[in-house]
Amino acid sequence: MAIVVDGKTYETDEEGYLVNLAEWNEDIAKLIAGEEKIDMTPNHWEVVNFLREYYNEFQIAPAVRVLTKSIGKKLGPEKGNSQYLYELFPYGPAKQACKIAGLPKPTGCI
Amino acid sequence: MAAAEITAPPLKPYPVIPILEVGAMANSKPYVANAAMQQALGFPGELVEGWHDKAIAKLGDLLQNYRGLKVYLDACVHCGACTDKCHYFLGTGDPKNMPVARQDLLRKVYRRYFTWAGKWFPKLVGAEDLSKEVLDDWYSYFNQCSECRRCSVFCPYGIDTAEITMAAKEIMDSIGLGSKYTNEIIGKVHKVGNNLGLPGPALLDTLQSLEEDLKEETGLDIRLPLDEKGAAVMLITPSADFFAEPHVYSLMGYAKVFHAAGIPWTLSTHASEAGNFGLFIGNYGQMQKIAMRVREAALDLGARRLVVGECGHAWRVAYSFWNTLIGPFDFLDPDYPLPQHICELTYDLIQRGALTFDKSANDRYVVTFHDSCNVARASRMGGLPGGQFEIPRAIVRAVANKFVEMNPEAIREKTFCCGGGGGLLSDELLDLRVKGALPRMEALQAVVDTDGVNFMATICAICKAQFSKVLPYYKFNMSMVGGVHQLVSNAIRLGPK
Repeated sequence: MAIVVDGKTYETDEEGYLVNLAEWNEDIAKLIAGEEKIDMTPNHWEVVNFLREYYNEFQIAPAVRVLTKSIGKKLGPEKGNSQYLYELFPYGPAKQACKIAGLPKPTGCI
Repeated sequence: MAAAEITAPPLKPYPVIPILEVGAMANSKPYVANAAMQQALGFPGELVEGWHDKAIAKLGDLLQNYRGLKVYLDACVHCGACTDKCHYFLGTGDPKNMPVARQDLLRKVYRRYFTWAGKWFPKLVGAEDLSKEVLDDWYSYFNQCSECRRCSVFCPYGIDTAEITMAAKEIMDSIGLGSKYTNEIIGKVHKVGNNLGLPGPALLDTLQSLEEDLKEETGLDIRLPLDEKGAAVMLITPSADFFAEPHVYSLMGYAKVFHAAGIPWTLSTHASEAGNFGLFIGNYGQMQKIAMRVREAALDLGARRLVVGECGHAWRVAYSFWNTLIGPFDFLDPDYPLPQHICELTYDLIQRGALTFDKSANDRYVVTFHDSCNVARASRMGGLPGGQFEIPRAIVRAVANKFVEMNPEAIREKTFCCGGGGGLLSDELLDLRVKGALPRMEALQAVVDTDGVNFMATICAICKAQFSKVLPYYKFNMSMVGGVHQLVSNAIRLGPK
């Protein structure tokens, strides 16, 4: 499968996750978000950017609790919980936000 | 990708055998593992040339190696006792999800190639060639069995239907037709050490972050040690406990139990996964290779006890198979169960008065307990018949004031699968998972209505993830599910007594 942004084709897996992480850019993120019916606000970008920073350091998306703690610090303690993250990413912060951030899907019993 | 429509059947006040819907789930199947995922496990990368002959030869091998499989394939008399016992049949109405019909997808091929009557008079004995259509049915419907073995409880011959599903998956893997979800994950265990693919530095960072959280919550230095040599206990827990909610609350609960009891313990990077998907795909070699990491880590760290966290099928593998797979355990302390379940450890401490609780900390909850299939029907705890049912319940009663049982037909050895077990906890199977959760959701709804239940405790990472996902489809709050040690964590008294 593939997605097309500005005439350029980017390969994705069968679930729509970007295959080559290095190809990611904000336009791709917006397109994937649109397919997921998510309107990207600055708070969505905070999450997506944190995921990418964490991934660059650790080669994996952050654990949900690590993510909520970081978002709480950046956006205020009332937003530092998974309920808020589910408001932003209704299919689940781990999988849906990773998809938009161009990261591989977390696997396992989650 | 066109998103499949996901629909939850209406909840009924009591279980009703559904009206048959032939072929309703024929299109439900997991993504096929790609060549790299397959080859990492030593399987062919794609459906091989001559797959038919190779599949029949593989079935012949399995019949030689597993005499039980031959008995199970021979013994069924189609009495029908199992037909309405499967959660996937009850949720979908697809007749091929009747356990007997699912087994017959393999049994008819067995008869055709391995029995005298099937070779000469196939039509008379329900024998059939292994055609591409039959193989497609295998891939679809054996991936609609969570190997929960509820139907086996009702089988008058005691046929272990999960063994038949596992055999079918093993044959399919051997000809290059594997499930992406299970096989990608097994590859990550071999490469990184856990199902998530969580590398050591990320695990350490996560545990340190959790220690900070525990400090903030309790004011105490409650540790989550990693790779500490000489610790008496090595805890092997599902990697979801590090990553996901509600799983992580149980992990924090284990840490508090070890802290309160003063037991030196450690987690291991090398064995950072309790789960063993080698079981799900019916492959002994994979199961052994995954389990071997536990032995290697225990020897390396000098651990004297192995304790297993809240993971259903992991406990089956540990309790029933570890001794054969990775024993002997002559280097472990014989004064403790080998291995020991975290619930056994906590229960023992409670019995000895080593833990104290403030039960009112859980007064916001009316709790019920969902038995996980592999714990309930394939293991034991405490060395007592039924200990696997009584011990988790005893812990819940020790830490919470309000506990209610669900319908007796839906708990203990007759428990219904959460709908996501057996390697089916995958997004593309969500419609199946939602429908398969129906019997559990009906039993839950009943105690919600009569007793105001608002928390369903369980001791399995798959159950927790599955229910978090499917509860909202039945108008329940996703945070209604959590671990037994999540409740322990809420109520345990820490610090000086």
